[in-house]
Amino acid sequence: MSVLVAVLTLVLLAVVIAMVGRPLFTTRTRGGTSRPVESSAAPARTELEAAREAKYREIRDAELDYRTGKLSREDYEAVNGTLRAEAVEILDRLETLDRGGEQTSGD
Amino acid sequence: MAGLGGACLLLALGVCAYGICVSIYGVRAGRPEFSESGRRSVYALAGILTVAFLVLELAFLRNDFSFTTVADTSSTTTPTFYKAAAVWSSQEGSLLLWAWLLSLWSSLVLFLTRKRMREVSAYATAILLGFGGFFISLMIFYATPFATTNPAPADGVGLDPLLRHPSMMIHPPMLYSGYTLCIVPLAFGMGALLARKVDAEWIGATRRFAFAAWLFLGVGIMLGARWSYAELGWGGYWGWDAVENASLMPWLTGTAFLHSLMIQEKRGMLKVWNVSLVLATGTLAIMGTFLVRSGILSSIHAFGGATLGVPFVVLIAAMILASIYLVSSRREMLRSEHRLDSLLSRESVFLANNLVLVGLCFVIFWGTYFPLISEALTGHEASVGPPWFDRYTVPLALALVLLSGIGPVIAWRRATLANARRNFVTPLLFALIALLALLGSGVSTGKPLAIAMFCCAAFVVGSVGQEYWRGVRVRRAMAGEAAPVALLALVKRNRRRYGGYVVHLGIAVLFVGVAASSSFQHVSELNLSPGQSTKVGAYTVRYVHPTATITSQSDAAHTGATMSLGAILKVSKGDKYIATLLPSEGFYDSGNPSEGSVGHLIGGQAVSHVSMDAGVTRDVWSAIAPDINTPRLQRIMTIANKTIPIVRPDEGLIALAVLEREYLKAPPAARFKLIESPLVMWIWIGGGIVLGGGLIALWPAPSAVRRRVGVRPAGDQRDNRSASGRAARDLARA
Repeated sequence: MSVLVAVLTLVLLAVVIAMVGRPLFTTRTRGGTSRPVESSAAPARTELEAAREAKYREIRDAELDYRTGKLSREDYEAVNGTLRAEAVEILDRLETLDRGGEQTSGD
Repeated sequence: MAGLGGACLLLALGVCAYGICVSIYGVRAGRPEFSESGRRSVYALAGILTVAFLVLELAFLRNDFSFTTVADTSSTTTPTFYKAAAVWSSQEGSLLLWAWLLSLWSSLVLFLTRKRMREVSAYATAILLGFGGFFISLMIFYATPFATTNPAPADGVGLDPLLRHPSMMIHPPMLYSGYTLCIVPLAFGMGALLARKVDAEWIGATRRFAFAAWLFLGVGIMLGARWSYAELGWGGYWGWDAVENASLMPWLTGTAFLHSLMIQEKRGMLKVWNVSLVLATGTLAIMGTFLVRSGILSSIHAFGGATLGVPFVVLIAAMILASIYLVSSRREMLRSEHRLDSLLSRESVFLANNLVLVGLCFVIFWGTYFPLISEALTGHEASVGPPWFDRYTVPLALALVLLSGIGPVIAWRRATLANARRNFVTPLLFALIALLALLGSGVSTGKPLAIAMFCCAAFVVGSVGQEYWRGVRVRRAMAGEAAPVALLALVKRNRRRYGGYVVHLGIAVLFVGVAASSSFQHVSELNLSPGQSTKVGAYTVRYVHPTATITSQSDAAHTGATMSLGAILKVSKGDKYIATLLPSEGFYDSGNPSEGSVGHLIGGQAVSHVSMDAGVTRDVWSAIAPDINTPRLQRIMTIANKTIPIVRPDEGLIALAVLEREYLKAPPAARFKLIESPLVMWIWIGGGIVLGGGLIALWPAPSAVRRRVGVRPAGDQRDNRSASGRAARDLARA
């Protein structure tokens, strides 16, 4: 029984080493270079995309609030205008980021 | 196979240490391959702990009493159903369950965020592995589930009879899932603070986990309540168990977080508050676990001889200090991006709801930990009872239910008084109708708080009903759909909003059950002899005759009791027969030979098995405590103990049969507890509605599905991005 336990433990250990060590081994086989480092623009893009999704949700919520009678027309127009302006600002920033990315890849 | 289990624990601890080091190194040195290796350590940990858990589960199912924990908490006569659940009835097994569940949730969240938030994820990985390492260390150094006894005993002590209830299979795993899921947002919150990336992304990534934690904890709490009601003799609200109160605290702060995170997502506000709530929820989850492990408070859940108090106190202190340091050192980044536009807005209602929820949490914290606080301050332990809890929680609960009705009818950002007035008409009408109906039906005006709760609940029903009605009307006007199709489409497109409304409805229903059952119940505790009757509320209960069964196979509740004594009770209302109730008390083997060869067979814990007639309008509930200490029955026991050798348990059972016959021939008066309680069923129905609403809100929304589709290889993604960007821009500019 103890031999079986020892064998099973060794198998488990080997699987674990292969599993956790794989990213390190594959990097070394590629010639010592790390995997492509995440672009510095990537976190900013993710953040902006999250903000864009949230803004869209807010626009939809405001519209639903208006249609279900929770907002008056004047309030809805004011809120909607602000939200769309904020959404456009986010989209502009995203587009700027895209143009920057394309230029970098073109270089 | 205990050796394999022990080896798994050592390996798991090594993986945790390795994962923590490489994750932190990876993020500090800008080497993502190391962070990736750290993330894979979490997957490896989940695999190793799965093997360890299977080893222990198999030991229970195979009656392998060489495992000390199996011998202590199971036996050959324990029904298989309960053997499977007995793993988490011990300190050691439940620690393993905790660590295993944590590793599974950690793996899931890290898999889902593998392409996002690299820095935050790396820190979160280290923190999650830190918690995993803590629990694994406890199992290695304090309470190992793989300790063995040599030679192995022929049989085990058996599962605590109180735990022999179907809820036992689900209640602890649900609570542990809730607790461990609370750690996921905590780890990402801390990760975001450490990485100085405190935008809404970490919230978006872990929101579903926070929601799942809330859902699991909620289900666990409801199952605990049900278990307490049907098994433990129903000590009443707040009187059941300190540990159940402890599990309510992270649920309350989690509820507050689920509301306030929407404000951060939409407005970039309340960042300090949100991160503090997440850290508090995680810390309260660990404190709930600590209560069970430390044995510092009297609880049915406490593990005997618990010695884990000190490590937990150190962990909790470290969590609190780290939280305070991180929040205070990052306070500049956590500044709100906007201010409240108006006091009359949904944001304001959410803020009020947050204050009420945190207030409730504080009251429960104070009441639950008061014995410890009083002992620390005065030197003697004092505790507070249900009246103390009621004094503070009832007004807060009223405010909470009212706010859950106000929130849905108020708009985000700003609402005008005229609109608010128009939107409140229907809910107020519902509340008024409820009030008139209650007064008209002769409900006692001496219970104003209960009546106020019914009216608040009716207000919520009106408010939620109005929201659904208007939403469906809008869909029908826009898409020309039939009402059921419009309803489905409405919920499908706005799962969080309309799922949330269902949750509000469920909470209102649940509180109606709580208010009615606590304010209008009738309780009677008395001795009855066969043939005697008593009144409980509007019902007459007659003790027809006693019942008795011997051996594990035929006890009334099928829980393995050696002897079960009970009663047949006939319940009637006026001349109308209502129900027959069969309450019983199970007597279990103590396993202690010093109680005598026959005495030990029934010398263990006596457990009451409740019998009730449950209905949508009321429950008639009964429990019995039979008297087996009469001189006649004791004489039989003494003779049997003297004449039957301990090695002949079959003869012991024959002696018990004699005892049983004598008991049935001239039954002594038995002690009964009888309760007539209105609307208890609505507590469980409300819980079910909350669960349903939670599942609707938790289900991935179509937008999330679209976003997942957008994750493609870099080249494709850019094309996709610009295309969707243009379309979205058109939408926004339209």
